[in-house]
Amino acid sequence: MNFDLTEEQQMLNDSLRRFVTNELGFERRAEVIASGKGTDPTTWAALAEMGLLGFTFPEEYDGLGGNAVDTMVVMENFGRGLVVEPYLATVVLAGGLIRDQGSAAQKAEILPAIASGERLLAFAHSEPGARYNLSQVNTKAEANGDQYRISGAKTAVLSGGQAQQLIVSARTSGARSDEQGLSLFLVDTAAEGVTINDFATHDGHRTAEIQFSNVAVSTSQLVGRLDNAFPAIEKAVDLGIAALCAEAVGAMEAMNAATLDYIKTRKQFGVAIGKFQVLQHRMADMFIQTEQARSMAILAATEADSDQRAQRRAALSMAKTLVGQAARYVGQEGVQLHGGMGVTDEMFAAHLFKRLTLINLLFGDADHHLAQVSDGLLAASA
Amino acid sequence: MDLNYTPEQEAFRNEVRQFLQDNLPADIRERVQKSLRPDKAMTERWQKILFDKGWGASTWPQEFGGPGWSPIEQLIFEEECALAGAPRQLDFGLRMVAPVIMTFGNDEQKERFLPGILSGEDWWCQGYSEPGSGSDLASLRTSAKLEGDHYVVNGQKTWTTLGQHADWIFCLVRTSTEGKPQQGISFLLIDMNNPGIEVRPIIMLDGEHEINEVYFDNVKVPAENLIGEENQGWTYAKFLLGHERTGLANVGQWKALMKRLKQVATEEQDGQRPLIENTRFRDRLAQLDAELRALELTVLRVLTDKRGPGPQASILKIRGSEIGQRLFEMLMEATGQDAIAHIPDALELDYTGPRVGSGDATPAAGDYFNMRKLSIFGGSNEIQRNIIAQLVLGL
Repeated sequence: MNFDLTEEQQMLNDSLRRFVTNELGFERRAEVIASGKGTDPTTWAALAEMGLLGFTFPEEYDGLGGNAVDTMVVMENFGRGLVVEPYLATVVLAGGLIRDQGSAAQKAEILPAIASGERLLAFAHSEPGARYNLSQVNTKAEANGDQYRISGAKTAVLSGGQAQQLIVSARTSGARSDEQGLSLFLVDTAAEGVTINDFATHDGHRTAEIQFSNVAVSTSQLVGRLDNAFPAIEKAVDLGIAALCAEAVGAMEAMNAATLDYIKTRKQFGVAIGKFQVLQHRMADMFIQTEQARSMAILAATEADSDQRAQRRAALSMAKTLVGQAARYVGQEGVQLHGGMGVTDEMFAAHLFKRLTLINLLFGDADHHLAQVSDGLLAASA
Repeated sequence: MDLNYTPEQEAFRNEVRQFLQDNLPADIRERVQKSLRPDKAMTERWQKILFDKGWGASTWPQEFGGPGWSPIEQLIFEEECALAGAPRQLDFGLRMVAPVIMTFGNDEQKERFLPGILSGEDWWCQGYSEPGSGSDLASLRTSAKLEGDHYVVNGQKTWTTLGQHADWIFCLVRTSTEGKPQQGISFLLIDMNNPGIEVRPIIMLDGEHEINEVYFDNVKVPAENLIGEENQGWTYAKFLLGHERTGLANVGQWKALMKRLKQVATEEQDGQRPLIENTRFRDRLAQLDAELRALELTVLRVLTDKRGPGPQASILKIRGSEIGQRLFEMLMEATGQDAIAHIPDALELDYTGPRVGSGDATPAAGDYFNMRKLSIFGGSNEIQRNIIAQLVLGL
């Protein structure tokens, strides 16, 4: 039982904190967002240089052999500085899927390309109307000789408009909500029949709605086992949840720091408003919520790599429930304590609030995950 | 970072579990698990059993007769005791006055007081709050005037938990009115058998006698019962509050209670189905379960922090009390309208008379009422938020 970062993790934490503070400040961030490109080549190259783009890949594929706790350290720093690079989509989700499910050839081709920063990938899974239900996939991949033909629609594909390749979930057998019958395919975004609508998100990231019309893929583009991709999809989502929990904790910490700074300096009635007990207690509650969320982000990171499905999913759902609730609480309170300034575009707090809000909506909100925990209690009582 | 217990810690857990299985008397277990009325003899009997094993004070170093366990081992011990249905040991001696004596007392005081605390022979209570001094503890007025080789104590303490059984009381008393209120306070150990001490019961809202008022009328206390230096008592009290807050998270007890609540929810009927199938109830249970897990991990983070427990410990007191209160509230709600009947006699082990609903319903509402104290004592949760705001956030 220990909660300490390793010496390497501590060093990474320190240098990443400096990098984000010095190189990715608020104004630089605004420029990247305004470019509409969803990534900044200089920043992405710097992250590659630090080894972070292949952090969790095996060393033989130019990675550092890291785990989800390493990802936690990265994402917490990204959350603190609201970094808008496509790290979650490319490295955690798609990179994790290729690492865990890819063939030797796929790993050899793709992982080094991600690690070097030359290629972006995205995970195209959610579908309109599926909400947070992971098995509801209507996109179909029909076998046709040594090819599959993919048709369907995907929503909320994070960084999908920036990626060169997508990992697409499609139904190769079974009915609409069956867990069985799902498969994953690598699809070039430039392939014929792929139509991408790229959107900005409220928090400075990018999302895409993607149509697939009879898109041809070869059998070599199948990732993992035919018809049996569901456990891999769950695992990828869990790695994503753990990363988001850590990012949320970083953003909450930043919100607390910004709010604390504000209420210590803003004067009304002749005193700093932080002297008012009503604000002190609200600030204390933000701190408490953040520390509870931090405990759960640690739980998420230490469970996310596990192959013990039931225990892992239960822990991740518990974590996302409390982190989602804390993100909402700290976000809303942070804005409120900033007063009128909190609802202006010029305040960092407002941007932290937006990111925290959206994190709750990604990969299942607090209600969704609470229902998972709750169903787990019922199953355990039987 | 590793959230697993080590093989040594798991072995330790098994050893504790085995000991409890072999040595916790069945009648005590039943009394605790059914949430029946606590009893002095039961507490003393259990303390003696633990003492004989060398486990009388889980938090003490070996130097003073403790087992010298690490914080994690202490937590494991507490958790296993709670899960097995062992009664809570008496905090006032073991976890409150003892650390103060160990840290600030002189050698004679250590030799004189610690053995009786460890064996359970001496029953201690706490003399802090006064009618006019609750959250503003430093305003306390009970005075101690040095006259030759003894102090003369006059005043009144209140909310004295289990003071009706106590042999000793550790008191904050005013020895000076100079300077700031905090500067004139001393830490004094007083024999409850002294002439001039009167204990009057305060009946709590559940009808039980748990707390008291203690009056001091020209009570003579030997000067050698002063801990540390005169007028330095506030420093010692703050030290003690830090200890108390860590313990107040109560994680082991709440985990045991959560287990019981889940069991009750499968046994209580909601029409044609068990209550656990009621989604609204179960979702709230799930929420509480998640919050308890977060509390447990936060406690473990604090306990394994090499810097020791700081003001962050206030988080544990706040969250521990809030979660505990909700557990008792949900236990009451789980038993539904069966909880409305107040049958004080049914809180005794030998009760065979009529009751309403299951045994779980009998103590449910009383416990819920009683546990409102959790967010009030040991520094109210509002005071804890002040501490966080001032000491952690610098406001």
